[in-house]
Amino acid sequence: MSSHNHNHVHTVADDIKEKTFQDVSLCYQCGKCSAGCPVRYYMDIAPNKIVRLIQLGFYDEALKSETPWLCAGCMTCSTRCPQEFDLAKFMDAVRELALEKGVKVNKNHIVKFHESFLNQIKRFGRSWEIGLIAEYKLKTLDLMQDVDSAPDMLIKGKLEMIPHKVKDKKSVKNIFSRTAKK
Amino acid sequence: MKLGYFPGCSQTGTAKEYDISLRKVVEKLGASFDEIQDWTCCGATSAHVTNHLLANSLSMRNIALAEQQGLDDIVAPCAACYNRLVLSQHEIQTQPELKREVELVLDKKLGKEIKVMNLIELFIKIGLDKISENKKTELKNLKVACYYGCLLVRPAAITHFDDAEQPTSMESIVELTGAKPVDWNYKVECCGAAHTLARRDIVLDLSKKILDDAKEHGANVMVVACPMCHSNLDMRQRAMKREYPDHKDFPVLYLTELLGLALGMDEKELGINKHTVEFKYNELPADKAAV
Repeated sequence: MSSHNHNHVHTVADDIKEKTFQDVSLCYQCGKCSAGCPVRYYMDIAPNKIVRLIQLGFYDEALKSETPWLCAGCMTCSTRCPQEFDLAKFMDAVRELALEKGVKVNKNHIVKFHESFLNQIKRFGRSWEIGLIAEYKLKTLDLMQDVDSAPDMLIKGKLEMIPHKVKDKKSVKNIFSRTAKK
Repeated sequence: MKLGYFPGCSQTGTAKEYDISLRKVVEKLGASFDEIQDWTCCGATSAHVTNHLLANSLSMRNIALAEQQGLDDIVAPCAACYNRLVLSQHEIQTQPELKREVELVLDKKLGKEIKVMNLIELFIKIGLDKISENKKTELKNLKVACYYGCLLVRPAAITHFDDAEQPTSMESIVELTGAKPVDWNYKVECCGAAHTLARRDIVLDLSKKILDDAKEHGANVMVVACPMCHSNLDMRQRAMKREYPDHKDFPVLYLTELLGLALGMDEKELGINKHTVEFKYNELPADKAAV
């Protein structure tokens, strides 16, 4: 795990730099990002500490944390950082790396939500709420939540029974197959 | 004035009333839309948090279609779509290697940048004077909390739109309707966004804080410009009431619905009856009305 070899080993920090075009060493740990983070309260590790873990080479700890998945991508941190370090973009890279490396993320339904959402896009080219909810519930077995709001939305004609499909299916298929992770 | 239009998935489902009211208001103001043919989802949160190349390819497919259709600028009424389309183009224009990769995925050469407008920029483009000229009803009973959320204003260095911490552009539009914007603290706080299914607890918590702050500062309605914010702030109030028994219903309108009311349309016409929390301008309780 350590990057302190004489022959430089390609590290997670390098991967992040390649994905985001910014160096984690920019961060001097002022903590302004965590102070303004709307979801900090729910996280196991504060956002600035995820950066610190990467700086110090504790990659496993950073990648398996629930924190990057709880990041809502609101970009408050990126807006306020005195070093102009784009933490939201950094979190995108950490999540992508966790998936690429097959890291088992701590208690996580959020990953299943994203999989379910993207599967609708893969099938139809557009989001389809009923398909999304059904797939997500099958994946998580969280069957009871939202039984209250669904009928309301049906009555008001907000849930489409049939998905809107994109005509050019081939281009959508190509986008997903050509960008799939090996 | 004819403008390119990228509706985004929500406009065809949970945010139908946003699409309905937007089209009607734009028509009343003398403009019209040319929809991008066969558009796909922009990838939304789920793509950019899991697969960078997928996210950019989905967004850029739409930009390429817009270019093919000869559109110079497009309107993306969903703040999340707007943000993805602007950020993707920025990355493509500044990272030649990424541009090549996306071109290979799409089998297409990518051309020039296309101006993507959010809802506020759309009305500025049409001309704010058109709103005043066509106004039928003075909405003087409304005290409005203008809610921007995250993705309209951030990251300011790339969106070049208003102030990232203290934006006021929505207030300047709301004022034209005769309604009174209030000063409040949560206008750029996050509602929890895409966590609405997987972490409903977070969404309820954050959204309630936003609604509470609006009430505390004397608002009797909130106005938004994003379907995801709207579903968290309006539809989630049902669950909010179970979780927080002291919660009282608080109406949340799309900016287009507020404008529609000022332009003389009624709630049903604008789709306001599709909301979870009911709103009828003429039935505002006396104690909620502004003085």
